[in-house]
Amino acid sequence: MALTEQEILAGLGKIINEITGISADEVTPEKSFVDDLDIDSLSMVEIAVAAQDEFGVEIPDDQLKNLKTVKDVVDFIQA
Amino acid sequence: MSKDRVRVVVTGLGATTPLGGDVASSWSALLEGRSGIRALTEDWVDTVPVKFAGVVAVDPAEVLPRPEARRLDRSEQFALIAARQAWQDAGAPEVPAERLGVCVSSGIGGIGTTLSAYDTFKEKGWQRLSPFTVPMLMPNGPAAWVGLELGAMAGVHATVSACASGAEAIGYAMEMIRSGRADVVVAGGTEAAIHPLNMAAFAAARAMSTRNDEPERASRPWDRDRDGFVLGEGAGIVVLESYEHAVARGARIYAEAAGLGMSADSHHITQPEPEGRGVMMAMTQALTDAGLTGRDVVHVNAHATSTPAGDVIEAQAIQKSIGSHPLVTSTKSMTGHLLGGAGGIESVFTIKALAERVVPPTINVDDLDDGVEVDIVRAKPRELPQGQIAAVNNSFGFGGHNVAVAFTTV
Repeated sequence: MALTEQEILAGLGKIINEITGISADEVTPEKSFVDDLDIDSLSMVEIAVAAQDEFGVEIPDDQLKNLKTVKDVVDFIQA
Repeated sequence: MSKDRVRVVVTGLGATTPLGGDVASSWSALLEGRSGIRALTEDWVDTVPVKFAGVVAVDPAEVLPRPEARRLDRSEQFALIAARQAWQDAGAPEVPAERLGVCVSSGIGGIGTTLSAYDTFKEKGWQRLSPFTVPMLMPNGPAAWVGLELGAMAGVHATVSACASGAEAIGYAMEMIRSGRADVVVAGGTEAAIHPLNMAAFAAARAMSTRNDEPERASRPWDRDRDGFVLGEGAGIVVLESYEHAVARGARIYAEAAGLGMSADSHHITQPEPEGRGVMMAMTQALTDAGLTGRDVVHVNAHATSTPAGDVIEAQAIQKSIGSHPLVTSTKSMTGHLLGGAGGIESVFTIKALAERVVPPTINVDDLDDGVEVDIVRAKPRELPQGQIAAVNNSFGFGGHNVAVAFTTV
């Protein structure tokens, strides 16, 4: 059964909080990782690996660089 | 002492040690003669012959936010904690980035990260390595993080000379200021090496005490029954500043970093040279550089690690190059040996001794060994005289590296 957007957002919020200290509440769909959340590329790699464990979806490096916003990641995981 | 050159002074101190999470608590424990050495409880102690160490009194996890801590090696965590304290203690000087430098060293670097990352790699594959693995294991990592935090652009360095690293960093920082490259340099040493591989490797070199039934009594410099050093961890950092810069901003000055002596034994990769010629050369150079004579020196914080070979050679070298009058102590009797961190915390302690005019004791010297004819401070602290006084901190390292730094009251 596919995860809902809310479930993925909650999971991502938890991961991003763990890795960056940013409050999970701030992890909302429209936020840009770089411009809004100030997350650097190394932290994005950590987030992608943690997301793979959490959601069972691999995010290849060449796809990761196209995922600019939280919503991009949610859509990738749902697809 | 008034040579025609830039004078360097100490305006900030920071430390996290087996005795306390800051300078004040570490210093008061030293004056009380308290040991920071304890039995280890990790599962791996059964696999190594040494089952105790000087673990930091305040775990970095209690001080650093988790997201920050997870991308730092433990040696980097110690360095950042001590550097922040030192910077605040110095009054967070306003200095242009181009005039601010960093020199923070470790003897071994991020070895905890290296070893645990290799385990992760073997068990789970390369994809599971933290992307921060390289900046965590590189030996310049502690210096780099401190430099980033403070925005230092005048140069960020990490001198490596085993157990002399921290002192060498302070010496290099003095030269950065003297040469005009920087007005303020944050300098010192850090180490986080309490890991079974290191314990096993030092034990294989027959360098460590195996007094497992009495951990607090194991570090006993100059005592006849000493049987090796005790591993400690932590960091000590100082803020060095040109005298002119410090005075212009009205900074509190602890001491002057007045003289630097460096030499190499060129004798053996681990054994000290029996005549102590390299060690004496470093101390003599430090005095000459500071414009001091042996009579001016009232205190020496010795390297003395509690190994059978080194302690007596150093005591005799102090006697020959400075005299038998200074009050000599080894704070390693309480902190253990912090390797690359030793020169950092022991510089802090030497400066505190001058500023407070009191020398902490060397504990566990129950039976002073033959050939030690300098005045070892035992059992209780002893006071230093009033007036203009000087003290020397010694740090020596595997490889034959010798560093002596002379500090004076201002």
